[in-house]
Amino acid sequence: MKKLLCLNINDKEYEVAVEPNQTLVDLIRYELGLTGTKKGCEMGDCGSCTVIMDGKPVNSCLVLAMQADGKKITTIEGVETDDGLHPIQKSFVEKGAIQCGFCSPGMILSGSALLERNPKPDEDDIRKAISGNLCRCTGYQKIVEAIKSVNE
Amino acid sequence: MSEYNVINSRASRIDTPDKSTGRAVFIDDMSMPGMLYGALLQSPLASAKILSIDTSAAENLPGVKAVVTAKEAGLVKYGVSPARYDETLFCHDKVRYVGDEIAAVAATDLETAMEAVSLIKVEYEELPLLLTIDDAMAEGAPVLHEKYPGNVCAEVHQEFGDVEAGFKESDLIKTQTFRNKRQDAAFIEPQGCLARYDPSSGNLTLHSSTQVPHYVQRTLAMVLKLPVGKVRVVKPYVGAGFGIKAAANPMELSACLLSMKTGKPVKMNYSREQVFMFGRARHQFTHTMTTGVKKDGTLMALKHECYLDGGAYSSFGIATVYYAGSLLGGPYKLPNMKYDGYRIYTNKPACGAQRGHGGVAARACWEQQLDIISEELGMDPLEFRLKNMMVTGDITCNDLNMSSLGMRECIDAIKEGAGWDAKKGRLPKGKGIGMACGFFVSGAGYPIYRSDTYHGTVVIKLTEDGGTALVYTASAEIGQGSDTTFAMIAAEALGILLENVRLESGDTDFGVDLGAYSSRQTLMTGHATKEAAEDVKRQVLEVLSEELKIPAEDMDIKNAAIVFKKEKPDFSAMRTRYIKEHRGWSDNPAEDDELSFREASRIAFLARGSIVGTGKYKPHELGGKFKGAAVGTSPAYGCSAQIVEVSVDEETGKILIEKVTDAHDCGRAINRTSVEGQMEGSVSMGLGEAMYEEVKFDGKGRVINSDLAEYKIPTSLDMPPVEPIIVESNEPNGPFGAKEVGEGAIMPTIPAILNAVYDAIGVRIRELPLTPERVYMSIREKEKE
Repeated sequence: MKKLLCLNINDKEYEVAVEPNQTLVDLIRYELGLTGTKKGCEMGDCGSCTVIMDGKPVNSCLVLAMQADGKKITTIEGVETDDGLHPIQKSFVEKGAIQCGFCSPGMILSGSALLERNPKPDEDDIRKAISGNLCRCTGYQKIVEAIKSVNE
Repeated sequence: MSEYNVINSRASRIDTPDKSTGRAVFIDDMSMPGMLYGALLQSPLASAKILSIDTSAAENLPGVKAVVTAKEAGLVKYGVSPARYDETLFCHDKVRYVGDEIAAVAATDLETAMEAVSLIKVEYEELPLLLTIDDAMAEGAPVLHEKYPGNVCAEVHQEFGDVEAGFKESDLIKTQTFRNKRQDAAFIEPQGCLARYDPSSGNLTLHSSTQVPHYVQRTLAMVLKLPVGKVRVVKPYVGAGFGIKAAANPMELSACLLSMKTGKPVKMNYSREQVFMFGRARHQFTHTMTTGVKKDGTLMALKHECYLDGGAYSSFGIATVYYAGSLLGGPYKLPNMKYDGYRIYTNKPACGAQRGHGGVAARACWEQQLDIISEELGMDPLEFRLKNMMVTGDITCNDLNMSSLGMRECIDAIKEGAGWDAKKGRLPKGKGIGMACGFFVSGAGYPIYRSDTYHGTVVIKLTEDGGTALVYTASAEIGQGSDTTFAMIAAEALGILLENVRLESGDTDFGVDLGAYSSRQTLMTGHATKEAAEDVKRQVLEVLSEELKIPAEDMDIKNAAIVFKKEKPDFSAMRTRYIKEHRGWSDNPAEDDELSFREASRIAFLARGSIVGTGKYKPHELGGKFKGAAVGTSPAYGCSAQIVEVSVDEETGKILIEKVTDAHDCGRAINRTSVEGQMEGSVSMGLGEAMYEEVKFDGKGRVINSDLAEYKIPTSLDMPPVEPIIVESNEPNGPFGAKEVGEGAIMPTIPAILNAVYDAIGVRIRELPLTPERVYMSIREKEKE
């Protein structure tokens, strides 16, 4: 039996009917067409499905869509500003922090959530904040540099 | 200051704005109207006879549109190397590993497809299991493939020089054995595909997360019995591959077959568990090496034996077993080398190619042995290596031509970067420093199938209004930055700005490109791109020459403007013509401006129609004439040296990698940031293999850690600071002097860690990964001695 839920994604209100076993990532990707959120493992291991829910980064594959009822969610599509790339996105581009790009949406969201609560994080803060986001291409160094330099 | 205008810089990658915003399209982001979902039935048993397959219940499930088995697919053999085509799309008589494909289903949604898979009834008769090399090579063991008795998939026997004579002249001879573990590439994007067969035209298009659209196209055509010209393979953005996506997989073939049966688009994905089940990543190698040296440190001979646990099929394995031997030919002067390699079939997922194909474990074994030898000789390990180092122009005993080799410069750079002299032999117990070297091919010298084909073709077309060069290449951007590399090469060679280039790649309709494997694209596709750009430039200058009555050689294009090497002609009439063509446009050139590339290319179009340049590349004839000479030969070799600093807790066996200093000779760096990215990424993959990674099986041949929680790759907290130092040589066979960085950079990491651990605790560890338990037990064993 589908249930109706209301949620706010990237400042837009959605009213959708979902199956009780549907995950938030599937809702976002396949029902709402926001495919910037990636699926790498569907078990909460890789972090590529990270979205920000009520200010906190979460693995959207471990959140049931029903649990997002009434929540405010930011996906990678909501990061860009009216003036184009958000400073953290610009920083990822300029510092070479993106290779294959599959982990990048999740990385950028984990990075932005950190910068929200700590605008001048040190390297340890950054490494902890992105430790749930796996990247196999970069070795993380340029990602850490990119996040560090956003507010420098 | 660089002599170049575009390359050799830190230009931002052209694909990353899209990748930073979620706009970049990966395979699972695609959908098509009327699309069906496919699912595979994979064997739950590692070794069994198939007695019967009953698909009727699955076919009758509402929503199911097609069920296919070997009956529908046929039994066309395929694989990677034509010499060992040992797979069929579906098993018909027996299954050889847990995950072997038996059937595929297409249905209106994924849940239905998966339910249908569960309704297919297969009767099996279990057969004996061969899970280790010892089991598989035992007297009287059953065979996985009738054609390959003794379960020997491939064996190699090579001798260069005279190893026994070399040992006779040696003062010190050491023998060691070393073993790595089966690795998984753990790219973050699981394989996926979307096939669309158009019954009215007979055209098949496959969109796939692949490194090699060209090889996938050929395999699809062969297995599905379609003309190659009817098959198109398109690669969207790919969430990395590292070698595992470098061949057609059964899911791609199944999706195409299902689409042909139903006339509808069919989408399929591997789950993370299926990624592990499919395997095709790094083999487990067991190396035994005996090395002889003279008292003064001169390397005399290497005798090398290696066994590869291959899994159930060949995949890239023949190349792997050759690479495991041939990549020890350099970078040291080694006059005599003997190699005996065996790849053995076992009832596990097939292993294949992974970053540093075939050479990583061999390098780890040998570079550790070189340290053992240098210690016994009382030589600094770095000086010992320098003493034996090849230089540019040297040819190895197995005929690999080091047409450029910045190895010495790499060693000097890490020595200074890490402060080696102040640390080596001066660190307290528990702290250690170690180094190692390595090298790798810049592209396989020959295609996987025997052919005189070009390895890459590129087409560049100028937009008819001028100003933009459209680059079309079938090469594969899989994260390494190749699209940007080729856009930069095109801009440099044509004399325009990077922003004047638009590039499309990864589509077999754009030409032939063998794809992203063997670190080939920068050199090979780079050459083809440069040639196409020069062709375009020549055509534009020819038209200008006709119009302005100036010899073409007296003109050039730089920074998107025409350079007149002699007297500047009056081109006002041409400019007026251009402006008339663009009446009302806001960005027309001003009177005093230089003659722009945009004006020139518009004039060229008016004179000749669309300006299209083409480029192509294949290597000159390379390497020796002996059997297997094709594996390891390359137009160029990248090389690197690394220093690793560690601390080891002797009470717990826990190793902390504190710092890595990494120098790599990539020839001319096209994009410096991307070069560093490859170096840092290689170190992280090498570190993972050294420290944590091992695909584990239970007694039934099932992977027990088929997820990214239990199969541990490095996280941001595990990675030490890495200092990447780019060493540039000028490779005569490379475009603008460029060569590889994607795989050579992983070579020294594992042995440098092993050597640093020894330096810290005085214990040699001969098996990976370096888990605290293994390190602790090694320390205790050493104490007992």
